[in-house]
Amino acid sequence: MLVITRVLFPRRANATSPARAVVTGAGVITALGRGWEVNAAGFRAGQQRFEPVTLFDTSRHRTKIAAEVKLPKDLPARNLKPQVVRRLDRAAKLLLWAADEAWRQAALSSIAELPIVLGTTSGGMGLGETYYRQAVERPESGARQPSRVLHYLAQSQALVLAEAFGFTGSIAIIGNACASGANAIGHASDLIRSGAAEIVLTGGYDALSELVFTGFDSLQALSPGPCRPFDAHRDGLGLGEGAAVLILESEARALARGVPILAEVAGYGATTDRYHLTQPQPEGEAAYRAMQMATAAAGITPAEVGYINAHGTGTPLNDSAEAAAINRWAGESAAQIPVSSTKASIGHLLGAAGAVEAAICLMALQGQWLPPACTVQTADPLCRFPLVRQPQDAALKYVLTNSFGFGGANASLIFKKRA
Amino acid sequence: MKRIFIHGAGVVSPAGWGWEGLRAALAANTPVETSPLPRPGWSQPLQVRKVSARATRLEFLSHPRLRRASAVTNYAAAAAHEALAGGVPKRLGILFCVTGACVQFSRRFYDETWSNPATASPLVFPETVFNAPSSHLGALLESTDVNYTLVGDAGTFLQALGTAADWLQSGRVEACLVAGAEELDWITADACRHFSRGVICSEGAGALLLSGQAPSAGHGVELIAITDSHLYLNGRSRMKTIQKMRDTLPRELPGGLLCDSQLGLPASDRAEAAVWQDWPGARLSPRSILGEGLMATGAWQCVTAVNLLREKQYPSALVSICGGHQQAIGAWFASV
Repeated sequence: MLVITRVLFPRRANATSPARAVVTGAGVITALGRGWEVNAAGFRAGQQRFEPVTLFDTSRHRTKIAAEVKLPKDLPARNLKPQVVRRLDRAAKLLLWAADEAWRQAALSSIAELPIVLGTTSGGMGLGETYYRQAVERPESGARQPSRVLHYLAQSQALVLAEAFGFTGSIAIIGNACASGANAIGHASDLIRSGAAEIVLTGGYDALSELVFTGFDSLQALSPGPCRPFDAHRDGLGLGEGAAVLILESEARALARGVPILAEVAGYGATTDRYHLTQPQPEGEAAYRAMQMATAAAGITPAEVGYINAHGTGTPLNDSAEAAAINRWAGESAAQIPVSSTKASIGHLLGAAGAVEAAICLMALQGQWLPPACTVQTADPLCRFPLVRQPQDAALKYVLTNSFGFGGANASLIFKKRA
Repeated sequence: MKRIFIHGAGVVSPAGWGWEGLRAALAANTPVETSPLPRPGWSQPLQVRKVSARATRLEFLSHPRLRRASAVTNYAAAAAHEALAGGVPKRLGILFCVTGACVQFSRRFYDETWSNPATASPLVFPETVFNAPSSHLGALLESTDVNYTLVGDAGTFLQALGTAADWLQSGRVEACLVAGAEELDWITADACRHFSRGVICSEGAGALLLSGQAPSAGHGVELIAITDSHLYLNGRSRMKTIQKMRDTLPRELPGGLLCDSQLGLPASDRAEAAVWQDWPGARLSPRSILGEGLMATGAWQCVTAVNLLREKQYPSALVSICGGHQQAIGAWFASV
């Protein structure tokens, strides 16, 4: 008869289910810099990092700026062979930097069977572009093409991560457009809560690519100037790149290890907006339900949420739908809940956005401050909530972050500060 | 712990739109005929196994959301439609799995970008995102519940079944559609050729409908187990990885079926063939009949196993998916 040791189904029943999922490590890399400290300082001050794009030619694009990461030439010292390192694309390097910081912050030693849950929209798109150009320009040449195929695949960056850290657990890549990172963290917290895993490495990553930049440019969704989320005169988003990785553990495991707990993942909501492939339902119905689901899971009311890190892309339609959703969800409490979109600082990180913005929420909870969007000049009158436009301190217990993507993927996460 | 049942299955493959075509192709045990696919810059075309166009368009494919959708969406929608023949349940979660996804539009959009980004089509770009097909599925099925697109190799389809089971266990949804699909493009076939000269790429989709509701006796299929995902990592042999997967499944099932992922190319199949060489029961390899369908391959295997169990041809079945790049993973289904 079958003796199942470690399986995806049926899961071993968790005697203490549902477990609390807590964050014990976080790593982040954005255009503001590499690491928690520099990013926390930048977000707290509301710095912006949009500059002319250097990664590809934008002379024929309407918009010519983005928030690029200045990647270090080296990589964290991990178990990767030099020939593997040479083949890594930009996305994998961003992910490795973020994972290395999260791992060190969580004070972990080797854990083989650690599941990885990541979000991305593009994987190794840059290598895919190179593959295509060579396949067309030099159709008989296969030089370096197999490696480009392998590293283009979205699961490849996670496989490199597993190799680098010696993980052998399962890999799940969620490709839910701009909600990918938040869905990944939510899914990871589900694994902890259900007892399916004791510890999970999760987050999101995306590197700038010519295809994606051109895509948003073709939609005329990019602002040629500063990104101004929820401004009455907003004119589009700014693209960025980066990665954030969180280590989630069961509370019991974290307490047993005696490591500092950054926050608890208190609530997660995921819904689908079937209105249109790229446009949200004008009243933000699915966004409202995602926030409602997250607060219900956390067992709190909207009035208890001290800050919302909005999806806030800076496009007219997205921000008005999200404003409507927040107004409806918060009701009379809306006027007391500060809101900002940190995309004003580092742009829209697509598959990494939800993860990086979750990390910003952790920073805000830890430091008890609110990250401003300093580019906002005239608040859209649709917003019944105060927009954070200047650096300020706050007393935060619960914070919520929204992530909404193409295809109607909607996700909300709530983090709770530990006493 | 709630039991999980399969309530519907659907498939689109080079053998046809629906289970009938695939069943006939498997019974014939002859690879589906290939057709040429022009490869720019080459005088000789690539050989592939395409899904044939239907003589009549399926009515639901005229849904407004599918007007500009890529082939992968149409295949997934058709497989879903067959799996949901009994009706669309309320609180339906969707898990859509892909490897290459909307590669036709991605290649086309990048070609436009490369030629002149100022004239690249804003109509094409949104259809390039990984979750465009699952978004269209959600619209078609009027589902507003949780919807994930999972990206990986063919084994990801079984990971998705595991996630569906988790969602059903936790009450996040009442039913869950798991679909896997791919579409052909010369760039995909060109990419696969770098790893095996003899590989014939193909396309299509498969879908399963899961719920915790028990079917009437004698008419259902139960998901018994899904192994862990065993990663192929440097320094670990592919055969040992597949062996670890097999070791968590029964050595044999009386009268049972093994539905494996052999392609019909000895070099590609060596490790999986060696690990399962002593399997005493019946064996089917849909991939050797249909070709390398990437994510669709994993879906075809599961749909084949489930449908043959529903038809009472076997009391139980194992599915062995040895993915191309990421993992070895298996599952066990049984008639109930």
